[in-house]
Amino acid sequence: MSETMSGAEMVIKAMQDQGVEHIFGYPGGAVLPIYDAMFHQDKVKHILVRHEQGAVHAAEGYARSSGKVGCVLVTSGPGATNAITGLTDALLDSIPLVCITGQVPTHLIGSDAFQECDTVGITRHCTKHNYLVRSVEDLPRILHEAFYVAANGRPGPVVVDIPKDVQFAMGQYEKPQSNQHKSYRPQMDGDRSKIRAAVELMANAKKPVFYSGGGVINSGDEASALLRELVRLTGYPITSTLMGLGAYPAADPQWLGMLGMHGTYEANMAMHDCDVMICIGARFDDRITGRLNAFSPNSKKIHVDIDPSSINKNVRVDIGIVGDCASVLKDMLAEWKALNKKPDPKAIAPWLNEITTWKAKDCLAYRGSKTTIKPQYAIERLYALTKDKDPYITTEVGQHQMWAAQYFRFESPNRWMTSGGLGTMGYGLPAAIGTQMAHRDSLVIDIAGEASILMNMQEMSTAVQYRLPVKIFILNNEYMGMVRQWQELLHGSRYSESYSESLPDFVKLAEAYGGKGIRCSDPAKLDDAIREMIDYPGPVIFDCLVEKMENCFPMIPSGKAHNEMIMNDLSDDAGVEIGNIIDQKGKALV
Amino acid sequence: MTQSHYSDAPASSIPARHTLSILVDNEPGVLARVAGLFSGRGYNIESLTVSETEHEKHVSRLTIVTTGTAMVIEQIKHQLDRLIPVHRVIDLTVQGDAIERELALVKVTGRGEQRSEALRIAAAFGARTLDATLNSFVFELTGASEDIERFIRVMAELGIAEVSRTGIAAMSRGAEAL
Ligand SMILES: Cc1cc2nc3c(=O)[nH]c(=O)nc-3n(C[C@H](O)[C@H](O)[C@H](O)COP(=O)(O)OP(=O)(O)OC[C@H]3O[C@@H](n4cnc5c(N)ncnc54)[C@H](O)[C@@H]3O)c2cc1C
Ligand SMILES: Cc1ncc(C[n+]2csc(CCOP(=O)(O)OP(=O)(O)O)c2C)c(N)n1
Ligand SMILES: [Mg+2]
Repeated sequence: MSETMSGAEMVIKAMQDQGVEHIFGYPGGAVLPIYDAMFHQDKVKHILVRHEQGAVHAAEGYARSSGKVGCVLVTSGPGATNAITGLTDALLDSIPLVCITGQVPTHLIGSDAFQECDTVGITRHCTKHNYLVRSVEDLPRILHEAFYVAANGRPGPVVVDIPKDVQFAMGQYEKPQSNQHKSYRPQMDGDRSKIRAAVELMANAKKPVFYSGGGVINSGDEASALLRELVRLTGYPITSTLMGLGAYPAADPQWLGMLGMHGTYEANMAMHDCDVMICIGARFDDRITGRLNAFSPNSKKIHVDIDPSSINKNVRVDIGIVGDCASVLKDMLAEWKALNKKPDPKAIAPWLNEITTWKAKDCLAYRGSKTTIKPQYAIERLYALTKDKDPYITTEVGQHQMWAAQYFRFESPNRWMTSGGLGTMGYGLPAAIGTQMAHRDSLVIDIAGEASILMNMQEMSTAVQYRLPVKIFILNNEYMGMVRQWQELLHGSRYSESYSESLPDFVKLAEAYGGKGIRCSDPAKLDDAIREMIDYPGPVIFDCLVEKMENCFPMIPSGKAHNEMIMNDLSDDAGVEIGNIIDQKGKALV
Repeated sequence: MTQSHYSDAPASSIPARHTLSILVDNEPGVLARVAGLFSGRGYNIESLTVSETEHEKHVSRLTIVTTGTAMVIEQIKHQLDRLIPVHRVIDLTVQGDAIERELALVKVTGRGEQRSEALRIAAAFGARTLDATLNSFVFELTGASEDIERFIRVMAELGIAEVSRTGIAAMSRGAEAL
């Protein structure tokens, strides 16, 4: 049954038909008809952000924490260009988004009209796909297709650019029977013979390790459940990327912690020395592999990924299986259960013993202090005091992000929202707002740095407007700490422009926005201050003054292999001259 | 030994020339997507031809000639396949012995003995004469790129004024279709 309506009404109707409840946006001339169409209904709720970048990150947080597609609405020109960083962030982290942009009327396209920009041209490289809608007849199909493309296969952001005359034009709207694309059909099921070969390889392994990533979270709850089942059934150790945290519970004894540049000693050693690596939904990122020609030199590698271009991109694998994590894991489980010869658990006992000795190194131990708050301690306490509330954590980018990944522990998927691929400072607060929108009654905390938080600080106003009780927990070291750490390592401790000068008074700032501010610099008072933050029913900025010069370890320096990590000064390798560890070539290539 | 967190340049593998056939939806911007993919990811295009081949379905066929190591060619194919309007990507070089043809228009100028020499050469190459004036010819030659190269080299001696080439159109042999 088709209905006559304007293009602008179709946008809202299609959202309703897609089950969209929230859209993050900011109005302007080229989207006024859509805002008008929104005015007459209350199924799709609009959240007015304070900057379009914030709208996209909020939609990312919403999507990542709920498994739904995040929606954004912005105007032409500056509205669209302000959204670019968020779109690129979503592309690199495989986050499903539909972003509607307004465009100048069709007859003015190309004339340098007021607030015109070539949105499809600019966003071609930072979206999974994009559309310029030239006629209202195409609009219903394109809108539904956009949701299909965003959510299926490897998820990603999709832009639909709608000229203002198309928004005004009247046309026929009909909810399509299916919103598939005419030719885009991602492969969901893996090749069964390859899966069988992979399970054979796994069953005969002496030193196996699972390496899982964001693809498991993308795939959904079922994939996490199947991963847990397979890992427990095999008894093999498992590590995960930054993007995959939570898919496997951190409390489990088979869990090795995160791997990679700031991963644990045991995870990186296991990756380096393993004989069979089982990669599930991760993409061999350069923060993971370290020096490529020294990456896990003696292992056979299995790679499960829905995107064929991820396989053999950086690292040659022995068995590449294209398919969705949940589907392939289900088949792997079936094949494992059907094995004729059950693997002897004793075969991997020496390997597990070796891992135990690596774990004993206690690579995350740090030197405590009674006078200053150590950042690691702050995260440990934050975790201890919030873990019973099943919190959702977002982060900004920097040392605090890595400490959060190391010291906060995640038991479930979709609880951890961070900018991994693009590393976007300013991601955390809007992402927390989006997350809180999706989980109104949950505890949502943005673990922040004092520099990053200022990049999208204005979104505090959004949090106050919509009564979103997000908690901003700033590890304030008065430095762009991650930059300072690299300068210490690479540039002779010349801290060029990395000191956070002229910081605002974060407590007063919180109050100015209508939220609550808390400051703490005394380790003895930290617990009470954190409790005060949790108990406050509105948004809070917690200014946690921490040790300024702390570095984030372990760390695989540039140009080094997994077994050449720098440890903190508590370990046997204490006293290394970190300034000399990275050679000239490594410095050029960080 | 590279000291990098990024991919080492594949030292041992030799780049090879591949001809790819790509079926795409003929929608606005599709060529920009394909060309942008090559420039954005640092692949090179040696030749590109495109035209709508199935009008009712609005499907176009692109033929791209590119060079790269085996790993790069594999990436190019997967990355092309990832573009939403792309239906199929076929590596004609891997399939082996494909037919590749190119069309060239060559304008040769000159007088006297040079003119008859130009005509003789054109006949030897099987080129057609599309236009003739007292001091010029325009020849059309269809053939493999190497033949066209050779034709142009020989004609250059006589005075080429202008060359226009279509780039390669290609197809596999036998009954099987894309
Ligand atoms: C300061 C900083 C430091 C960092 N340090 C580290 C570090 O120490 N360790 C670390 O791990 N990361 C680190 N990162 C993050 C890093 O840059 C990458 O973002 C991250 O490693 C990528 O994670 P991933 O491999 O899980 O891939 P993702 O980016 O999550 O990609 C997911 C993969 O799974 C595939 N996929 C998607 N959906 C499915 C599906 N349904 N089924 C199957 N496959 C699917 C995709 O095609 C893709 O290949 C750091 C980032 C920053 C900013
Ligand atoms: C938008 C953006 N600009 C620059 C950078 C480079 N960068 C990475 S970490 C960092 C410093 C972050 O400082 P802060 O937020 O205080 O976190 P800390 O490292 O001190 O915990 C910078 C500038 C970035 N990641 N994103
Ligand atoms: Mg800082």
